[in-house]
Amino acid sequence: MSKVKKKIKIIKIDIDKCNGCRACEVICSAFHANPKYSSDNPARSRIRMVRDPIRDVYLPVYAGEYTAAECMGRDKYVLDGKEYSECDFCRASCPSRDFFKEPDSGLPLKCDMCEDDPPQEKPLCVQWCLNNALTYEEREEEVEEDVKPGDVEVGLESMVDKYGLQKVIDTVARMSKKE
Amino acid sequence: MRYAETGYNLEIDLTRGNIERVATDPKLTELHLGGLGTNAKILWDRVPPEVEPFSSDNLLIFGTGLLTGTPAPGANRTIISTISPQTNLMAYSMMGGFFAPELKHAGYDKVIFRGKSPKLVYIWINNDKVEIRDASHLRGKGTVETAELIKQELNEPNAQVAAIGLAGENRVYTASIEQGRSSSSRLGVGAVMGDKVVKAIVVRGTKDINLAQPAEFIGLCNDVLQYIKVRADNPVPGVMTILQGLGSPQEMLHVDEAWHTQNFMWGNARVRRKDFWNKEIEERWKSVQLDVRKRLISCYNCPMKCGAIITVPGISTYMMKCFSKLTYTMAAFVDDLDFGFKIAQRATEYGVDGFSTPQIMAFAFELKEAGVLTDADFAGCPTDNEGKFYWLLDRIVRREGIGDVLANGVYWAARQIGKGAEAFDHNTIKKHEQLPLKLGMLNPVYFLMYATGEKINITQIEGQFPQSPFPTMEERQAFIKDWIQVPDEKFKQYLLDWELRGDHSNPFYPTVDMSVDIVDWQEKMHYIDDALGVCAGLSSFPLKPPYHIHNYPKIISAAAGIAMDEAKLTQIYNRNRNLIRAINARRGLTRADEKPPEDHWKKRFPELEEKLLDAYYKFKGWDNRGIPTKKSLQELDLAYVAEDLEPRGIIKNE
Repeated sequence: MSKVKKKIKIIKIDIDKCNGCRACEVICSAFHANPKYSSDNPARSRIRMVRDPIRDVYLPVYAGEYTAAECMGRDKYVLDGKEYSECDFCRASCPSRDFFKEPDSGLPLKCDMCEDDPPQEKPLCVQWCLNNALTYEEREEEVEEDVKPGDVEVGLESMVDKYGLQKVIDTVARMSKKE
Repeated sequence: MRYAETGYNLEIDLTRGNIERVATDPKLTELHLGGLGTNAKILWDRVPPEVEPFSSDNLLIFGTGLLTGTPAPGANRTIISTISPQTNLMAYSMMGGFFAPELKHAGYDKVIFRGKSPKLVYIWINNDKVEIRDASHLRGKGTVETAELIKQELNEPNAQVAAIGLAGENRVYTASIEQGRSSSSRLGVGAVMGDKVVKAIVVRGTKDINLAQPAEFIGLCNDVLQYIKVRADNPVPGVMTILQGLGSPQEMLHVDEAWHTQNFMWGNARVRRKDFWNKEIEERWKSVQLDVRKRLISCYNCPMKCGAIITVPGISTYMMKCFSKLTYTMAAFVDDLDFGFKIAQRATEYGVDGFSTPQIMAFAFELKEAGVLTDADFAGCPTDNEGKFYWLLDRIVRREGIGDVLANGVYWAARQIGKGAEAFDHNTIKKHEQLPLKLGMLNPVYFLMYATGEKINITQIEGQFPQSPFPTMEERQAFIKDWIQVPDEKFKQYLLDWELRGDHSNPFYPTVDMSVDIVDWQEKMHYIDDALGVCAGLSSFPLKPPYHIHNYPKIISAAAGIAMDEAKLTQIYNRNRNLIRAINARRGLTRADEKPPEDHWKKRFPELEEKLLDAYYKFKGWDNRGIPTKKSLQELDLAYVAEDLEPRGIIKNE
């Protein structure tokens, strides 16, 4: 595999500056609606607030890779006197929680840094965070080229995990006949 | 498809345990927008004037605004409407927080309660699944405690909970409904919830809210955010700190309380302590506030930070906003702010109105000093100022002894106690406790707002127009230069000509007609906000806000797909304003009720005040008793209201 230059997009999260408003969830879900901005729904957002005001826990976390199974164990972290589950920091779309899944289909969601045409100056969550709890940085890195699975493949994989390969094949076959 | 709203209300009959999801008429949205407007329509249609506040026929409505839950910044308000046990008029108390957006995402614009539950229950709304659940294990629990227990019990950390405390369960007239950092506290809505035997409403919603013109709408939202940034960088000069920026007064941020402590009244709205603030107090208060304040926080989808998480060592955490850090402190004559943060924690768990309740207690101790109430009434009460207030707060929320009388608020308690106690009820309007503010010269604009405001709470009526004139012409010129929010250029001239002294000063300037114009503008913005569910802190309350009469029509059109312009929006405001006036007129509100406290200003002008009321009523299309005329109701598509009021003799033959 050859080395290629890659732009690494970074969202820096300063939880001390977070006022807990969830504007990031609102605008993320609106941006990713189809057609764009035609609806909003934090439950579809690819950034979610782990939020427990009484314990002063305000932790934005971004959707990462889909995972079929949850972890065997659960660690706890105590930071600044506050207890967090390791899941609070985890980006996985995982069976253990309702974050990062389409609420109707259960299909996994993943942050795409608001890829857009023409490109957005910054991801929308950063644009809407007026308190600068979320800020945006870019840097270039040399990385090995690899082939990424497309959205459809990730979605299908999760359906296979949920219903089994045969059922998915049967369903696709039945649907293609209808068309 | 319905846009911005869901098109469904949840109707819950508590007596029968019946739950229905009812489609709403889109025509009503066009006529009233939503929120306060449609709440008022439901109360008019379904709660006749003979229904008592604690009747099972009274409704308790949790309404979202038309824009609530859309990406419009600050559109997060829950508008709670019912008949107030304190005033026997329509109550519309509101709260920010996270409840209303969650309710809309669950698929409902409103929850409407009728009847009374046979036992203590809470309501669990989880999208389409709605349950009435036993709450007997939550009896007597605090509001914050209740929310935490329910979220654990349901294993739903992201559910939003609106709950009452002991005060609501015991139908204390100043009982609030608490929801995390926000509370709906005025006019006894918590008492009505307690009367309906509902401990809490819990909601989780994961459905979409649709937007009619997506790109236009987001563009307008981005403009609002941009303007918020502009205002953050450009505080209004020449006005006191808390009025310079956006949001509700930034009481959690600012520690300098020289202005409030020296200009607001202490005790039972009596004593002004002009020399209170000094270096030592400033340092002590600052260290107390910074010490207990864990984080500045906002409501749903709003960049402001009007609230705070408060943790006082040794007592459980709660959230606070606005002015309640000072209301108990000043009413109790306690010089240490530490007390304010401590007693507010207990008061929040009990669920009481932080404005009215301290005044009731100060009133009671004044009566004790005057010998109207006796030592027997206060048997067991400590003698120190702090201890006294804790003791009495405990009695009031439990309705024990003298607390049972005081739980009905200053007005009713004074009449029940008798023996001259009425004379100590000097700071209520329409039976409702007011800010402890006593001033010198009558301000005609404020006179009208205090007298006629249906919300009976000045902070929910004022805004937009400066509270006092700028001393120099240069300052006035600078202020009007970028004053884009004015509905008409004439307001700029009013401000330019307004002087501190001389012919162009209070009380005769702004003139009667100008005062009416100014009040109408301020009121209009509040009514629109309350129908849209947008926080007054980004709109009707502060100077130079991001939402105003010129961008609202576009925002409404783009979100809801309803054709809108300034004239149509003004018509909707007038319709909602008149409908609420009609509800209250039908319940007996008269011109005689429309007066600020006698001692609100030292210098009063009875003749001018009558002229102001006459002109205001005329401008509104009301007769000189403050009753909407048949003609003006007909023009507002409210002919059915006139048809009801006429046979009752409330509308007299014109």
